[in-house]
Amino acid sequence: MYEITEKKVLSETVKLMKIKAPLVAKKAQPGQFIILRIDENGERIPLTIADYDREKGTVTVIFMEVGKTTRQLGKMKVGDSLLNFAGPLGVPSEIKKYGTVVMIGGGVGIAPLYPIVRELKKIGNHVISILGARNEKLLMLEKEIDEYSDELFITTDDGSKGQKGFVSDILQRLIDEGRKINMVMAIGPVIMMKVVADVTRLHKIKTLVSLNPIMVDGTGMCGGCRVSIGNETKFACVDGPEFDGHLVDFDNLMLRNRRFLCQEEEACNCAGV
Amino acid sequence: MVKVKTTKHKMPEQEPKKRIKNFNEVPYGYDKETAIEEAKRCLQCKKKPCTEGCPVEIDIPGFIACVANGEFDKAAEIIKAKNNLPAVSGRVCPYENQCEGLCTVKKISLYAEPVGIGRLERFIADYERNKGVKIPKKAKPTSKKIAVVGSGPAGLTCAGDLAKMGHSVTIFEALHAPGGVLMYGIPEFRLPKDIVNAEVNYIKKLGVEINYDVVVGKTITIDELMKEYDAIFIGTGAGLPRWLRIPGENLDGVYSANEFLTRVNMMKAYRFPKYDTPVKIGKIVATFGAGNVAMDCARTSLRLGAEKSYIIYRRSELEMPARAEEIHHAKEEGVIFKFLTTPVKFIGDDKGILREGEFRKMKLGEPDETGRRRPIPMEGSEFKMKIDTALVAIGQSPNPLIPKTVKGLKIGKHGNIETDKDGRTNIPGIFAGGDIATGAATVILAMGAGKRAAKAINKYLKLKK
Repeated sequence: MYEITEKKVLSETVKLMKIKAPLVAKKAQPGQFIILRIDENGERIPLTIADYDREKGTVTVIFMEVGKTTRQLGKMKVGDSLLNFAGPLGVPSEIKKYGTVVMIGGGVGIAPLYPIVRELKKIGNHVISILGARNEKLLMLEKEIDEYSDELFITTDDGSKGQKGFVSDILQRLIDEGRKINMVMAIGPVIMMKVVADVTRLHKIKTLVSLNPIMVDGTGMCGGCRVSIGNETKFACVDGPEFDGHLVDFDNLMLRNRRFLCQEEEACNCAGV
Repeated sequence: MVKVKTTKHKMPEQEPKKRIKNFNEVPYGYDKETAIEEAKRCLQCKKKPCTEGCPVEIDIPGFIACVANGEFDKAAEIIKAKNNLPAVSGRVCPYENQCEGLCTVKKISLYAEPVGIGRLERFIADYERNKGVKIPKKAKPTSKKIAVVGSGPAGLTCAGDLAKMGHSVTIFEALHAPGGVLMYGIPEFRLPKDIVNAEVNYIKKLGVEINYDVVVGKTITIDELMKEYDAIFIGTGAGLPRWLRIPGENLDGVYSANEFLTRVNMMKAYRFPKYDTPVKIGKIVATFGAGNVAMDCARTSLRLGAEKSYIIYRRSELEMPARAEEIHHAKEEGVIFKFLTTPVKFIGDDKGILREGEFRKMKLGEPDETGRRRPIPMEGSEFKMKIDTALVAIGQSPNPLIPKTVKGLKIGKHGNIETDKDGRTNIPGIFAGGDIATGAATVILAMGAGKRAAKAINKYLKLKK
């Protein structure tokens, strides 16, 4: 059993939890994810690691309540326990000196971006962070990311904070200004990552995206998380979750992420969440 | 020649029409009287060809003689001396290619059937389980610690044998449940999960500890385990599914057999929404491949409500690798077999949902390197057929996590861990067996590999001190 040791309500639908899982905390690296299961009847869901504390043995996850499991999880309290918590899974982010990096986080995707921003800054990159959300309430970790960023830009769809518009608008502006950018990383909604990749493709700027397809086991067995990368089929759980944004078939990913929408609704209705 | 009944005693089963509406086990098993009668068909021949055909070397005539005398406890003891998981192998072994295939009774006449060795093994295992399993005497504790990675048939067998030898054994399992393929792969109607749990409990009673949610290679590495344990057995099984590599394979509605079966079996999607994991099944389902996994997919589809369930295979009936019993059961249940047919592409609608398949007819040519006749495409024979769900059951590659993360471990060209016949890898103290070493094979071969590795590990530990 894995105890919830801390919980923060970041917005109505976004929650932060610290989970006691010493073995996972000991090994966790930026860019990796975990698979959890709440109870005996539960499904296995992947969540990207937002942070870890090796000394306290905790792993931080930040999630948006979008389906049955995340809603049920959101209702849990400090002291409650999860039945299963396995990880860290996936290939860690490559932490190296690129030069100038543009780190783009959208909505709940800001959470997994944070530890990567921190580590990239620590080894001496010039970090430009662009955070976007639908509105001010859905923005998160602004202060934490600011601490490790040389420049920080905020956008909201409704203009309630920062510039009204999308993260890609800022990225486009930086490129238009002739800024030398060595790498762009984008984590967030699939459509956001797709737009970012489209912007950088024209300028041949290396672009990494972190994909979140539907998974079952998460350990390289079921193939449910397969994604089209170039003309190859790759598995997000063992080959990813980070891939070259210019090679990802985002349309197929969007389609595959809609596979069980009807069932998700049915499960929510049945559980009354 | 001794007079023997030339056919096996029938094992009662659920009616096909009834059973495709539930997930309960298909055969009911022998009762005591039938088991005794079947056991009496054994000639007790001196040569024991059956035992030679058994990957775990059970003294088959020995246990059958006990059954014939009604000494079921003794029969159980004989089986358990070699086989830690008889209720499993008594259900899923390909007997016809092993023990039963070599049975002398079969040679009496052209139509004579072998002794129902599998059915008798199953009967004894069920008898023992219902009565309460006896824990055998273990050897004196050796103070040696062994880590077993994976709790599938290879890992469980290896762990059980090592525990009996007096070693302290810890299994590390990546998933939340034990059993590996026995739990996620083989359906409830063929191998009830309560039975898998009972077999696992037997291994635990031998003193084996199982740690779940530990993904070796990620949560903890083999190198770290090496510091704490005297030896390691890797039995991480088959992993990533193989694909047909045709257009449309990533459409909504195309599953790998592994994903489909894991959802249904381990995550219990057939009881959705009581269980949270869903699965979608269309009216017309096509399963590609003709092994046991393919049969499991096609039969599971019917139980989930498919109106038509096809097996589509590029060779002919003769080359199908599935066990005879699975093919027989699938046919009884109304699975439609389309032989000498291969898919060319999957076609979706504007929402990316699978609607149709395009296929091509094949003919058989000369035998290939596997000894089976090679399928050759027939140009211009393409046709389309409406399908809603496609299940790809054409095999898996070994799980990549450990081969990728152990420095210096010798890996074969298919991503498998290379071992000798007793499971020794090129690194002293690290052993491997089952699908991770051989590529996808059968439960019993994995059990046999676990057994041989346990012996080799024991020998290694003795020499080491």
